[in-house]
Amino acid sequence: MFHRESGIFKTTYAGDMALYPLPIAKWTVAVLVLVFVVILPLTVHEYYLSILNLIFIAIVGALGLNILVGYTGQISIGHAAFMSVGAYTAANLAVRMDLPFWITLPAGGLMAAAIGVVVGMPSLRIKGLYLAIATLAGQLIIEWTINHVPAISGGAQASIEVDRPSLFGFSFDTQHRLYYFLLFFAAIAIVATLNLVRSRIGRAFVAVRDQDIAAEIIGIDIYRYKLLAFAISSFYAGVCGVLYTYYFGIANYEQFQLIVSIDYLAMIIIGGLGSVLGSIFGAIFVTLLPIVIRILMEDVGALFFTQAEIANVISGLRLGVFGGLIIFFLIVEPEGLNRLWRNIRSYFRVWPFSY
Amino acid sequence: MVGESAQRALLREDDNQLVVTGVSKKFGGVTAVQDVSLDVPRGSIVSIIGPNGAGKTSLLNMISGFYKPDAGRVLLDGKDITHKKPSDIAALGIARTFQNIALFSGLTVLDNLMLGRHVRMTAGVLSSVIYWGMAQKEDIAHREAVEEIIEFLKLQDLRKQPTASLAYGLRKRVELGRALASEPKVLLLDEPMGGMNQDEKEDMARYVLDVNQERGVTVVLIEHDMGVVMDISDKVIVLDRGRGIAIGSPDQVQSNAKVVEAYLGVSKGGDRS
Repeated sequence: MFHRESGIFKTTYAGDMALYPLPIAKWTVAVLVLVFVVILPLTVHEYYLSILNLIFIAIVGALGLNILVGYTGQISIGHAAFMSVGAYTAANLAVRMDLPFWITLPAGGLMAAAIGVVVGMPSLRIKGLYLAIATLAGQLIIEWTINHVPAISGGAQASIEVDRPSLFGFSFDTQHRLYYFLLFFAAIAIVATLNLVRSRIGRAFVAVRDQDIAAEIIGIDIYRYKLLAFAISSFYAGVCGVLYTYYFGIANYEQFQLIVSIDYLAMIIIGGLGSVLGSIFGAIFVTLLPIVIRILMEDVGALFFTQAEIANVISGLRLGVFGGLIIFFLIVEPEGLNRLWRNIRSYFRVWPFSY
Repeated sequence: MVGESAQRALLREDDNQLVVTGVSKKFGGVTAVQDVSLDVPRGSIVSIIGPNGAGKTSLLNMISGFYKPDAGRVLLDGKDITHKKPSDIAALGIARTFQNIALFSGLTVLDNLMLGRHVRMTAGVLSSVIYWGMAQKEDIAHREAVEEIIEFLKLQDLRKQPTASLAYGLRKRVELGRALASEPKVLLLDEPMGGMNQDEKEDMARYVLDVNQERGVTVVLIEHDMGVVMDISDKVIVLDRGRGIAIGSPDQVQSNAKVVEAYLGVSKGGDRS
């Protein structure tokens, strides 16, 4: 098991460039498919399925942000705003024109991509912290616009209710059914990102990140690729927003506030910048952390405190622990969970002869 | 060091691949390059030499489109490229390396070279995302071209190494490979042998000659090592304080009084040793 690479020699370029260069990895994929498609949904309680569903949605958004921040090196604090653009686009189309999800979903993504390109335009002139502030402005402007334009937000509550997605009369209306719905899109997002980052476009993104001058000199139009990164990233964000909308059955601007942008940045930083697996780890970590903290506090805290006291403390402590853990992880492993995973793997690769 | 190759014998005076006419560049009040002209014959090796701050790199930057000249023109195969974007100029067939190596440090040697082929590839977003099919076929075809360069530069065992971990001389070689990968007509080398020891310099000189003779790439290089410059160049231009003070064959330039003055100061007739 640990010596997976020995005895494997590649004889074609296709084999060397494959997504899973090792034959045994096919089995890993097969096991993952079996676990996620068959075993988990059949055995796990609906409550845990609902957590998995949230993780699937977060994976889509985190992958998108990682393409922009991790691979292309353009910082954005406006990711949640792009989600809201996708969410409200889809909700409006679904409610007003009664369109099915397979139209509203790409439409939400495309609309977010278009807005993303506009918000990303400052990246043509500024980098780093300055760009962060520019995207922050984008976040606040979009938030305000959605909240104050009834034509978009659907009235006083600034929220639009939508029906659960359905396909050929089959409605994804339970956590169980939504699980498959969301798993499908998370899987597509993962494979699409893996393909993107190993292709010509993905390499160009990394080139823009590592050495923008050299990138330009070897023929990469850096302005085009920066905007392309914003467009692709925002497309993911838009799709993520649409998925949230269908999952909750409502598009609400409060789900897409600044703090959510920060959450997503935390995901990719904790998970690992510039890594697909890192985005997945980060999405799992940041989604699970508050839930684990809450469960622990309720169970352990109940031994010492009353219910009311706990309820008061939880929200504050959640943020405290959350922040503390992010700092802890960045000190222990600045390159994120993905790096940790790789270290463990390379340790066992040569285990027990680690010299 | 070099015999008259058949290709060299064919060089015609009027067949210039790259023509720079009267370019000037000012930064604020400082004149980096003033009214420099240079003809680069097809298939030749042309060296730009001069003391530090003479404007050599600025001249390269104007050819590769990174600086826009205030005056003058740059022609590639008779076509005006003066005001084109650097990325478009790269696509037209001018590649370059940098004085302080500018590799993509997070990527492997292989990926760096594949990036060199960026302008020769066409895969868009959609075919990249789907990958299987068009993009994969393209990647494999270009991988073959890149492997040929890896073999040429003897980088086989470093393919999957991140470039950040390579030794200095190797990084210079990878950068040369990345420039070659784009199948350039003209290769601009900014101090390809800077900071190298004698062995590495000889290797690099060999590679430059091979690139020129076997691949027929026109080479423009900046170099401080006079031995190398005089050995491999067909033509040398000397810059001093932004002006071209001499141009001609290595022998002509070496005996030019202005050049001696720029490098050694005014000769008072005394014995310097």
